[in-house]
Amino acid sequence: MSKSALPTELKRTPRENWRFFRTFVRKEFYHIFRDRMTMLILLAMPILMLVLFGYALNTEVKNSKIAVYDPSRDDVTRAMVEKLQINHYFILSRMLNSPDEMDKVFKSGEVSMVVVFSENFYENLLHGGHAQIQLIADGSDPNTASTITTYASNILAGYQIELLEMNKIPYQITPEIKLLYNPSMVAAYNFVPGVMGMIILLICAMMTSISIAREKENGTMEILLVSPMKPLYVILSKAVPYFFLSIVNLCTILVVSVFVMGVPIAGSFFWLIAISLLYIFVSLALGLLISSVVNTQMAAMLISAMGLMMPVMLLSGMLFPSENMPLFLQLIGDVIPAKWYIEAVKKIMIKGLGVGAILNELAVLSGMAVALISISLRNFKIRLE
Amino acid sequence: MNTKETVPEGKVVVARNLTKMFGGFTAVDHISFEVDKGEIFGFLGANGAGKTTAMRMLCGLSKQTSGHAWVAGFDIASESESIKKCIGYMSQKFALYEDLEVWENIRLYAGIYGVPEKEIAPKTDELLQRLGFESEKHTLVKSLPLGWKQKLAFSVAIFHEPKIVFLDEPTGGVDPATRRQFWELIYQAADRGITVFVTTHYMDEAEYCNRVTIMVDGRIDALDSPKNLKQQYHAKNMNEVFHQLARNAKRTEK
Repeated sequence: MSKSALPTELKRTPRENWRFFRTFVRKEFYHIFRDRMTMLILLAMPILMLVLFGYALNTEVKNSKIAVYDPSRDDVTRAMVEKLQINHYFILSRMLNSPDEMDKVFKSGEVSMVVVFSENFYENLLHGGHAQIQLIADGSDPNTASTITTYASNILAGYQIELLEMNKIPYQITPEIKLLYNPSMVAAYNFVPGVMGMIILLICAMMTSISIAREKENGTMEILLVSPMKPLYVILSKAVPYFFLSIVNLCTILVVSVFVMGVPIAGSFFWLIAISLLYIFVSLALGLLISSVVNTQMAAMLISAMGLMMPVMLLSGMLFPSENMPLFLQLIGDVIPAKWYIEAVKKIMIKGLGVGAILNELAVLSGMAVALISISLRNFKIRLE
Repeated sequence: MNTKETVPEGKVVVARNLTKMFGGFTAVDHISFEVDKGEIFGFLGANGAGKTTAMRMLCGLSKQTSGHAWVAGFDIASESESIKKCIGYMSQKFALYEDLEVWENIRLYAGIYGVPEKEIAPKTDELLQRLGFESEKHTLVKSLPLGWKQKLAFSVAIFHEPKIVFLDEPTGGVDPATRRQFWELIYQAADRGITVFVTTHYMDEAEYCNRVTIMVDGRIDALDSPKNLKQQYHAKNMNEVFHQLARNAKRTEK
C-alpha cells in the first residue's frame, strides 16, 4: 500500500493500459457470446435480409403460370410454346381446348396469362404474313401483367427473327433494349449494396449504443467511471467486438451475394473492403454518439431504429431512387452516411469502376468519421452529474 | 488553507466546506468532516439528504461546486486520477456483470484496478475459500442469490486492497440476517486496515459503525460515535437519535 502512495507509481504505463483494454475487450466478447439469441440474430440477419429482399420483395416476375389455346397445333406454334417454357419466366399450366375455358382459368387464379394462337398459324404466316398471337393477361395486378406480357412478346419476337432468318428474308432491323450494368435486370444488383449499408449500421450503431446504455442501466458504468480505467478505453473496447462482428457480416453478405445470388464483384475488392471499413468506423462513431445522449437501452434502440434505420431505408436510395425525391429530402439524404456508402458500393461492386470514381464518397465518409468521433468523444461524460 | 499541507496525518478523508449545487438547489451544504485510517465511518440520512451526492464527490464522479476535500491525501478537484487507484467503490445498484462467471467478474475488476496478473488467480481462490464460494467459481452471477451477490460485490470492491472503500447503501433490499453477515465482511476489511465509508438509511447498521454523521437537508447535523450520540440525545438507539434530528428536515423524500 505504501508503494502506491508515490505519485510516480500512479501513472499508467502504456503496457498497463493495453492490459486494461485487453481485459475489457474480452469481457465484451463474453457478453456477446453468452447472449446466444442476440448473437444468432446478428449473424443470421444479413442472410435473412438478403433472402427477404432477394425473393420476397422482388419486383422480378418468375415462374408465372400460363395457359395456351392453340387451334392450329403446327410446328411453329409448338416451337413457340416451347420457347416460352424454356426460360424460368413461364410455366405452362395447361393447354385449353376452347376459348371459353379462358374465363375459368383466370377467375380461379390458376394462370396469370393466356397465349392464344390464330387458326392455321404457320400457313398464314408463310403465305399472307398475317398470323396472330394474342397475349391476354390478368390485369388485376397491372405491374405483373405488363411485365409478363413484355417478357412474352420479347420471347416471341425473338423466335420470329429466327424464323425470318431461316427463310432468308432480307435483313431486318429490330430494336434491342439493353440494360447497362444489370443486363438481366436482376434486382439483387440493386439491393445487395443497400443491405450491406443497413446491416453494418444496425450492428455498429444500434448494438454499440445499446451495449453502452446497458452498462448505464445496470450501474456498472458508475463503477467503471470510479475505477482508474480511462473512459476512452471503456468505449473503445465496446466498439471492438462489434467491429469484428460487422466484418463477419460483411463477408457473409459478399459470399451470399456472389455465390448464391450471382452478383459479381466487378471492381476492386480492395477498395470495396476499404470503403466498408471506413463506413464501419462512421457507424461505430454514430453508435457512440447515441450512447452519449441516452441512458436506457430502450431509448438507444428507439433512436437507432427511428433515427437511423428509417432514414436509411427511405432516403438513402436503397429502396427508392433518391433522384426522384423532392430536393429537401435529397438534402436530408446527403447527411446519411449510408447513402454515400451504398453509392460507392454500387460503383465499385456493380459498375466495376475504379477508386477514381468514389473519391467523392471516400472524402465525405472520412469527414463524417472524423466529425462524429470527435463529437462523441467530447460528449462522453467522465463524471455523472 | 487550500493547500495539501492542511491534510492532517492519519486522516484518509478530509472535507472542508464541501458544497454541491444543482442549479439553485443545494444538495450538499458546506459539510466538513475527517475520517481516520481503518475507521468504519457511517453516513446516515433520509433519501435526498445528500449523502450519495457527497460520496460521489469524494469518488470523483461528481465535481464539487465549492469547498475542498482530500481522499487518501489527494485533492479531489485536481488529483482524481490518483484517487481512483486508491479507492474501492460499491454502488447501491448491484453492479457485477450478471452474464459473467463469479471468477470472470473478479478477474475483470482486478485487471481494471491493476492487480498484477499472476496474483489474481491465487488471490481469487483464497477469497472464494474465505467466503465459502469455491463451488460457485464458475457460476454465472445472475444465478446467485442477492445476499451472495452483495458479498461478492464488496469483495470485488476491496480486491485490490484500496486505502478506503466507499459503500453506497450496500445492503439495500436484503434481510437483517444477511445484513449482519455482510457487516462481518466489513469488519474483516477494517481489521486489515481498509477504511470503510458507508452510507445507509438502516439505523441498525449505524450501530455497527465506529462513528456516524447524520445528514439532514444537505448539512451534517451530528457527528460522533453511536454511543456518544445516544447519550447526547438521550436515546435508546440510533433510530431515536435519527428521528430527533430528521424531525426538522424540510426536504421530503423524493
